[in-house]
Amino acid sequence: MKFKFGIKEVVAIGIGTALFVALTEIQIPTPIPNTYLQPRMAIMAFLAAVFGPLVGGVVGLLGHAIGDAMFYGSVWWSWVFPDGVVGLAIGLLAAKLAVKEGGFNNTKTIVTFNVVQVIANAVAWILVAPVLDILIYAEPANKVFVQGIWAFVGNIIIIGILGTLLCSGYSAIGAKSSSLKKED
Amino acid sequence: MSKILSYEEKDTWIHRLSGVSKLIFFLLWCLTSMLTYDTRVLIVMVIFSLVIFKISKTEWKQVGAVFKMVMLFLSLNVIAIFLFSPNQGTHIYGTRTVLFHIAGPYDLTGEQLFYELNVIIKYFTVIPAVFMFLVTTNPSEFAASMNKVGISYNVGYAISIALRYIPDVQGEFTKIKHAQEARGIEMSGKASLISRIKNTASIIFPLIFSSMDRIDTVSNAMELRGYGKHKKRTWYAEKKLKRNDYLTIAFSVLFTVVALIITFADGNRFYNPFV
Repeated sequence: MKFKFGIKEVVAIGIGTALFVALTEIQIPTPIPNTYLQPRMAIMAFLAAVFGPLVGGVVGLLGHAIGDAMFYGSVWWSWVFPDGVVGLAIGLLAAKLAVKEGGFNNTKTIVTFNVVQVIANAVAWILVAPVLDILIYAEPANKVFVQGIWAFVGNIIIIGILGTLLCSGYSAIGAKSSSLKKED
Repeated sequence: MSKILSYEEKDTWIHRLSGVSKLIFFLLWCLTSMLTYDTRVLIVMVIFSLVIFKISKTEWKQVGAVFKMVMLFLSLNVIAIFLFSPNQGTHIYGTRTVLFHIAGPYDLTGEQLFYELNVIIKYFTVIPAVFMFLVTTNPSEFAASMNKVGISYNVGYAISIALRYIPDVQGEFTKIKHAQEARGIEMSGKASLISRIKNTASIIFPLIFSSMDRIDTVSNAMELRGYGKHKKRTWYAEKKLKRNDYLTIAFSVLFTVVALIITFADGNRFYNPFV
């Protein structure tokens, strides 16, 4: 766990945020009306797993705020912060997941990644988002909790499938460069 | 590619303001609009937003597409509030004036209409401010002036890179998407949910990997040019804070304080015409 803020982090936050914003426009429709899976969440989870908590959290906050402002013309602040929470939580595991070093592709790591993402999403969407909605926007409690639960389900599905695939794919590439053994 | 809001060069006093003054105004404006449910304050804010929107010479074609999107979300939200909680207004204002009965538990009450009207006005206080901020602020100048007011230049640089690369990443995304569609990948509702996720992955994978390369290239280039060597750096697009900037900041702070005093004068954030 490190909060290093060097060149790599600056650039990763910048380009990561750009990716997150650009992917705001891809929404995968689900059978439930008006509910979409957001691939951008998987990107954030992936960046958090590779670059750590600072990059994950900031990409979530900044990406959500800029993306909403540019595409939807308004920023729904109570849903900006939960994104940061998810990014931060997954990022705390970065060292353990060792995505870049090629250590992601075993059952134990994949399970850890998914357990953490489910817990982080639960805290973010079933607790943080609805509570902020009520405190900030005085919205009806039952509406915001239902919305929160849908967001939770959508996000764990997309991070669980796409996020895991991304980490595993990237990890497989990373492994090649470090799997050389010294000859005697 | 959907139309997004982006900076356009124009010559008005709002464009000439430093990015920081606009950011402070924007954040305080959002904060006030979040906290207050006082209809009088909200209406003043809407009028004021429209005035600055007009002054900034923003044209409809710059923001129209996004505005329609906002209206769609706004209507969905207002309907959802009513479906989930037709008595939220009564709950807030403490009285119940039934206008007419709809069906089942759904009565249309004056309080509910008034509450939802406030929700709608709240959107309209923020939308022009967001539009104005995005179309009048030059990203490079914004990063420079953030650093000028004491925020670490790493933060400024990260934001500046983000704004700089959004169009590039979008362009690349469109290219990959067209290439994959040419190979017959289905992205619309015709495919099943799982295969839609898989198909999205076939676009996102190349995009992510090329972005990871880009991160390496850009950070190597910055390292070679000695980025982060010193505690300070100079900026090409730097603007000094001028009289108008101080006036804007002073006005934003003053407005927030006054608005909050008026809002909370009667002990809560709602303006209640029903008592």
